[in-house]
Amino acid sequence: MEALLAVAIGVLVAASVYLMLARNVLRFIFGLVLISNAANLTIFVAGRLTVGAPPLIAKGTEAPADGVANALPQALVLTAIVIGFGLFAFALVLMFRAYTTLGTLYSDEMRIAEPPEDAIG
Amino acid sequence: MSWFLAAPLAIPFISAVIVFLFRQSPAGRWISFVGNLLLLGAASLLMSRVLLDGVVVAQMGSWAAPFGITLVADYLGGVMVLITAITATAVSMYAIADIDSRKEYLGYHALFNVLIGGVTGAFMTGDLFNLYVWFEVMLISSFGLLILGGQKAQIDGGIKYITLNLVSTILFLTGIGLLYGMAGTLNLADLARTVPTLQNQGLVTIISVIFMIAFGVKAALFPLFFWLPASYHTPAFSVSAIFAGLLTKVGVYALIRLFTLVFSSDLAFTHTILLWVAAFTMITGVLGAAAQNDFRKILSFHIISQIGYMIMGLALMTPLAIAGAVFYLVHHIIVKANLFLVSGVSQVITGSTELKKIGGLYKSAPLLAILFLIPAFSLAGFPPLSGFWAKYILIAAAIEIDGWIIATVALVVGLLTIFSMTKIWAEAFWKPHPDGIAPALHRIDKKDRINYLTPIGFLALLTLLIGLFPESYVSFAEAAAEQLLNPSVYIESVLKKPHE
Repeated sequence: MEALLAVAIGVLVAASVYLMLARNVLRFIFGLVLISNAANLTIFVAGRLTVGAPPLIAKGTEAPADGVANALPQALVLTAIVIGFGLFAFALVLMFRAYTTLGTLYSDEMRIAEPPEDAIG
Repeated sequence: MSWFLAAPLAIPFISAVIVFLFRQSPAGRWISFVGNLLLLGAASLLMSRVLLDGVVVAQMGSWAAPFGITLVADYLGGVMVLITAITATAVSMYAIADIDSRKEYLGYHALFNVLIGGVTGAFMTGDLFNLYVWFEVMLISSFGLLILGGQKAQIDGGIKYITLNLVSTILFLTGIGLLYGMAGTLNLADLARTVPTLQNQGLVTIISVIFMIAFGVKAALFPLFFWLPASYHTPAFSVSAIFAGLLTKVGVYALIRLFTLVFSSDLAFTHTILLWVAAFTMITGVLGAAAQNDFRKILSFHIISQIGYMIMGLALMTPLAIAGAVFYLVHHIIVKANLFLVSGVSQVITGSTELKKIGGLYKSAPLLAILFLIPAFSLAGFPPLSGFWAKYILIAAAIEIDGWIIATVALVVGLLTIFSMTKIWAEAFWKPHPDGIAPALHRIDKKDRINYLTPIGFLALLTLLIGLFPESYVSFAEAAAEQLLNPSVYIESVLKKPHE
């Protein structure tokens, strides 16, 4: 299972790097979504995969039995998903705003903050 | 005990909420200022506590470390919180004059206070995942501040800032996941104890490089700094000043924290990379500045070259060098924020930040000229200002261990910094204004003038004071360095049982 997930993470990263190398910033953002999910999966797998052993503490004992699933990576992933969703929503709105004010989605044409003549100085 | 640490976190968020409710009334800006004054009080209390106890620790919700979230302030953390509060107070006063009511209605003050809360949180947390969360708090509010107003240049710069910072965030998160998988903990003190005992030290080094890249983007290190000069000259001047003062320094702080506490086993590998990166960061930053012709763009590139000095201190890793890095960090925040504030006043009275279009400030606004000269000379490293001591300690530390190359680079970059500052001086202050106007300070009405100039004067005074009376501050920086290099006190204070 770990190997399968590792391959899946690899495919996600490869696809997202391909998307992020595009000059269209919208594609870049989609790549970013994919890679953030790859990062979430990485945390999940790094926390060890356990099947069918919920982290519950039996009545009368103070600690869970050995071999239960680790709940912490899942909590981390959940937090990261929420934060990632917020940032993604913001980035998407910004891209829309960029398209309406700058009239382009191509990063090569976004030269207002750093006009080309600056390069010669 | 825990209130010393909780108050500097709670105050910015509470004032953010109150300020948001008052965003349509002029009272909002004053509430923001008062909130930051309170923060300054709380930060001073925390600092005095840190000076007494060495390391102040609080376990949130009484969950013992390493299971709960730990807030901790050692010498470095305490002084960073204090300097954050000082800068925030100065900038929030400046913002009273600088930020128009439209931006206030859009939530400038609320975003500003959330940003400050995120920065203090990042300086005080003792948990790696919690650090990630504070970075995100900081990031999302900085996004808002950067594009507030929605001018074309802001959107353009914002896209570059946001995309590159998001990539670094994801790297940071991946590093956290991998490190947790290996060490089974994310508490920094616990990591410091666990990581050196791990079997596979090669993998630890790889993970440390992931963190180095992630924080390298945040700290604007070579070759990862391109988002900074693309965006820092576009927003309102108050925003530029607080970004220039604090944001990259959070990245530097995170690097110092992790590479002294957690990843200090393979120094020959990691710190050699850092040393080269430091040298290239200094050089590219200062050369980039030399090619610019805009007040704020020159200052933006100088942030990069100055970051190089701090990383140089970290890379050398001797007690004196780390002390130099701590000294530099604090000196730089004061001076850089101040220079951006000066550039704002100069834009208001001359009409532009492009050096070709402005001039005549020395003759018609001599007070502003002096207030520019103090931080500018300090940045360039003239005695007796704070920048001289900062550079002196670092270069002395390099020579002490025969690091002649890095010492030479640091000296030459200092020289080139003087060149850039002279360029701003000659163009904006010395030469007559091209349109023949006399840009005097009383072109601003009296109330605004006080709000503009008081914070600038205050920060300039701080630079002077650190410069004229450096002994106590140098010995403090040395104590901070000793704490960083011998983290056993930090580790024990965090991990000791609460009832002991």
